[in-house]
Amino acid sequence: MTHPQQQAILAAAAIHKRFGALVVLDAVDFTMAADEAVGIVGPNGAGKTTLLSVLAGAFPPSSGTVSFKGGDVTALPATQRCRLGLVRTHQVPKPFSGMTTFENVFVAASHGAGLGRDEAYEEALGSLKLCGMLGVANRRAETLGLLDRKRLELARALAARPTLLLLDEIGGGLTDGEASELVDTIKELRRRKIGIVWIEHIVHILLQVAERLICMDAGKIIADGAPQAVMADPEVVRAYLGGGPK
Amino acid sequence: MSAPATMPVIERGTATSRTAAMAVAVIIALLAIAPQFLSAGAVDRMTALFIYVILAAMWNALAGFGGLVSVGQQVFFGLGAYFAIRLADAGLNPFLALFASGFVVGVVSIPLSLFMLRLRNGEFAIGMWVIAALTHLLVNLDRLVQGETGTSLISLNVYDAGTRRATIYWLALASMTALLAILFGLLRGSTGAAIRAIRDNEDAAASVGVRVTGTKRLLFVLAAFGIGIAGALWLATSITFQPKTYFNVQWTAYMIFMVLVGGIGTFEGAILGALVFFLIETWFGGTGVWYLVGLGATAVVFSLFLPRGLWGTIEERFGLRLLPVGYRVRLAAASADDDATPQQTTKHQEKA
Repeated sequence: MTHPQQQAILAAAAIHKRFGALVVLDAVDFTMAADEAVGIVGPNGAGKTTLLSVLAGAFPPSSGTVSFKGGDVTALPATQRCRLGLVRTHQVPKPFSGMTTFENVFVAASHGAGLGRDEAYEEALGSLKLCGMLGVANRRAETLGLLDRKRLELARALAARPTLLLLDEIGGGLTDGEASELVDTIKELRRRKIGIVWIEHIVHILLQVAERLICMDAGKIIADGAPQAVMADPEVVRAYLGGGPK
Repeated sequence: MSAPATMPVIERGTATSRTAAMAVAVIIALLAIAPQFLSAGAVDRMTALFIYVILAAMWNALAGFGGLVSVGQQVFFGLGAYFAIRLADAGLNPFLALFASGFVVGVVSIPLSLFMLRLRNGEFAIGMWVIAALTHLLVNLDRLVQGETGTSLISLNVYDAGTRRATIYWLALASMTALLAILFGLLRGSTGAAIRAIRDNEDAAASVGVRVTGTKRLLFVLAAFGIGIAGALWLATSITFQPKTYFNVQWTAYMIFMVLVGGIGTFEGAILGALVFFLIETWFGGTGVWYLVGLGATAVVFSLFLPRGLWGTIEERFGLRLLPVGYRVRLAAASADDDATPQQTTKHQEKA
């Protein structure tokens, strides 16, 4: 591996995930350093979201281990991983529909980041501001459109004060203008030294932030390295454009 | 977007809600002295109302705020009465037994929560009903209860009727006030925000650091405790304990009725719903089967035309919040607020 173990903030080793007979993750090894921004691409069904869920603790892997900040977190549920600083967003937004935008974010600040009331207010307002959502702070989340729901996913995850943020397709369906706002927000997070793992189909957005790119296909990592090199990799081209059976 | 010069302010109350809080205090004070002026029958009816309010508020907290819809809450109502009988039989002062019983019910609900809270949605709802039926049968086995024959809280008979009636009234009023205050404090705090988050999306709540199981357990146990107290108070008003009256699913049906009519998920709604139920019962309770038909019809009409209940509709239409548990953001720069009543609300860094 190009990234030595002692620097790794997040390491997944020999991850397998099966749903019944279906193998979704097949011996995935993944390691990253605290200050990295890693992009993950791959065709639909490659296992990207499943990998993210295993990393975040939404469900355990069938086998393999996940460690974060030097400790084995394989058995820790999502709640504890979030409190350690490993926070995700959801591909299909999961807002707290009956609560206002502010309240959604406040929950993360007071429970995920463990802040007292006033600090939690400040943190929640700060992340709403960063994501451009102060104007809809009092709207019930169920009244928000898809774009705002995606923003809310990001704002809520941020309010939990992550050291490492796992983003799942938050750029899908954005116009160019909206996408560049999103990129600006993510770049701001990079300035705050927050590590990023970002799954995204819209590669040109991803490449503005990612310093390293991983391509997955059929439950395996098929390429890992500098973005341009990965995009030019024949395996990657074949996974995307289809080269017939291997 | 120009950045506002100062940070936005978080509001918890409005001018209306501060008035409402004072009004609540006045109403409770008036209720406390009311027995002096009321007939014996009216005192008994008011006691029943306080018990209904407890039941509605507890079911609303569980289902409306926590998303835990149960049709077996009568288990705690029945156990509240049953443990009061048992404790009084063991020699405890009957009035003390009522509250000790509530605590016992709370303790019993902890092991119950270990497996019941693993169930979700419909499974939980029906599972609770099964637990209630099972508990009913177990209580019937107690020789003190003598099966469906039942027994009485006889030690209460040493007090003369007037003292007993007034004492139970005050105990019911005090219990209702204390339980509502505890619930309000809980729902208004950051735990309350976590409870609502779990209701709306359990997975997402876990992903932002909410302790899902622990928070649900807290709510479950509190509701069991409150409903246990209500059951014990009901026993005190009626003296007799027949298991099938207390472990009857009608109690949960009443709770659901009160909460749906009043407005599920709003603190004020449960209280209003209890009042509506109380009035319907007072006026039409004597009409036998038509009373039940009327209750059912009312519930259907509400779920069709006012799905948010009376208070939910009032809140939506007029932006009125008397006992708010939520958070409003007031932007420092004027305008951007899309909310209905910016003039009515006053700035204040949360103090209440």
